[in-house]
Amino acid sequence: MSKLKIEGVSRTFPPSRQGGEPTRALEPTSLSVADNDFITILGPSGCGKSTLLRIVAGLDRATSGQVLLDGAPVEGPGPDRGMVFQSYTLFPWLTIAQNIAFGLRERGMPEAERLKIAHEWCQRVGLRGFEQHYPKQLSGGMQQRTAIARVLANNPKIMLLDEPFGALDNQTRALMQETLLEIWERERKTVMFVTHDIEESIFLASRVVVMSARPGRVKADIRVDLPYPRHYTIKTSPEFSALKAQLTELIRSEAQIAAAH
Amino acid sequence: MLRPLEPVSNAARVGLGVLFFVLFVALWAWATLGGYVSRTFLADPLTMAREGYELLVKHGFLYDIGMTIWRVVGGFVLAAVIAVPLGILMGTYKPIEAFFEPFVSFARYLPASAFIPLLILWAGIGETQKLLVIFIGSVFQLILMVAVAVAGTRRDLVEAAYTLGAKDWGIINRVLIPSSAPAIAEILRLVLGWAWTYVIVAELIGSSSGIGHMIVDSQALLNTGQIIFGIIVIGLIGLVSDFLFKLVNRLLFPWSLA
Repeated sequence: MSKLKIEGVSRTFPPSRQGGEPTRALEPTSLSVADNDFITILGPSGCGKSTLLRIVAGLDRATSGQVLLDGAPVEGPGPDRGMVFQSYTLFPWLTIAQNIAFGLRERGMPEAERLKIAHEWCQRVGLRGFEQHYPKQLSGGMQQRTAIARVLANNPKIMLLDEPFGALDNQTRALMQETLLEIWERERKTVMFVTHDIEESIFLASRVVVMSARPGRVKADIRVDLPYPRHYTIKTSPEFSALKAQLTELIRSEAQIAAAH
Repeated sequence: MLRPLEPVSNAARVGLGVLFFVLFVALWAWATLGGYVSRTFLADPLTMAREGYELLVKHGFLYDIGMTIWRVVGGFVLAAVIAVPLGILMGTYKPIEAFFEPFVSFARYLPASAFIPLLILWAGIGETQKLLVIFIGSVFQLILMVAVAVAGTRRDLVEAAYTLGAKDWGIINRVLIPSSAPAIAEILRLVLGWAWTYVIVAELIGSSSGIGHMIVDSQALLNTGQIIFGIIVIGLIGLVSDFLFKLVNRLLFPWSLA
């Protein structure tokens, strides 16, 4: 059953100056995401993949088309579509526990109850003992784990991630991918994950959607039939390598087009 | 020794800061006690200290200091009570900003001291007039600076709050205000410093109490020792209030520091 339906969504940005050309960031794109599926959107930078995600989140408006979540059209941002950003977006004035409880508070949940949930989530993402810390005192990886917990504590219908590990070093990034995958294998949330990292897109997803260079459109839609639970050693398996080679070919030509602009 | 942006140790920082005051007083003492400057124009440090002591003990100068502090604080609080909420609204809602911003930008350049004759006409020479001078001098600056601070809230924090289910009220109350609170506190500290310059001007004209009034009186008597003492007292109060503000900010916003 499809949870999320993207129907002919396009985005054109108005010209930045009078008489300029409008920028076509996203060609009309259709995509449907099945319930409990983990899909990654893979594409070179500037291909409109983040724009697509922001439209799903309701943070940006589609020029044409519509997004349906459980059959209801998306009108603006809401707690049913939690988002993890590439930049560190924890509220610096709140502790880790308060950050995780933010959405619950907006919903009007009593303090004792929401802090209980926040503590549970701290534990689940491996941040036990850091509940009373401020974001500044945490490493980038820990901050992004908190951001994931903050979204999941809110129990959204779908989790959106916009290159959440893009600013992390390679080792931390690999560990974060494993953490996210573990959480997903346990929670089975519907996830839409944007990245430009080929390995990341395969390792995490059950389905990789490849986008072309600007103006963005779906170029390929590839199933990843690697078994769960996935161990990091899967990255060296022949199946993984074959997929990686295939996606590298697809992305390479697009990256060349993107780089030429 | 001196290298660009090279940090300085704490001990050296305090030492150098004190050194300036020592040199300054030494130069002053040398010029006045050495007879290089006429006493009519500039009292020496010892005379100044004696005059200051007499002011405090015999002439009830503490009362003047109290009056001045009350005027600054009163006028400033009045300004802050109006400016902070209005600034937050302007920073949040662009149409409100578009409505007020041009006028406030214009009013900001009106010198508060030039209003004194008008204010005397409207409000007499009582306390209301003094408070109004401080108010006019600080309110427009505060409004604009607070609006800029609130408008400068990180967009990604606001977006994150939206995707967590925050509505407009939640965005203002639990994102915009807490995120710009340290900046607003800093603005208050800064503008309070400016308010001090307005209060003295207000007290120079048509006043029967306050540090500014004492300075005018001393001028009539050519008592430069008292004038300098008054100026130093203002500086000291400023220093203390600044220190208190910084302390309170540190206690209120531990997260904004490393």
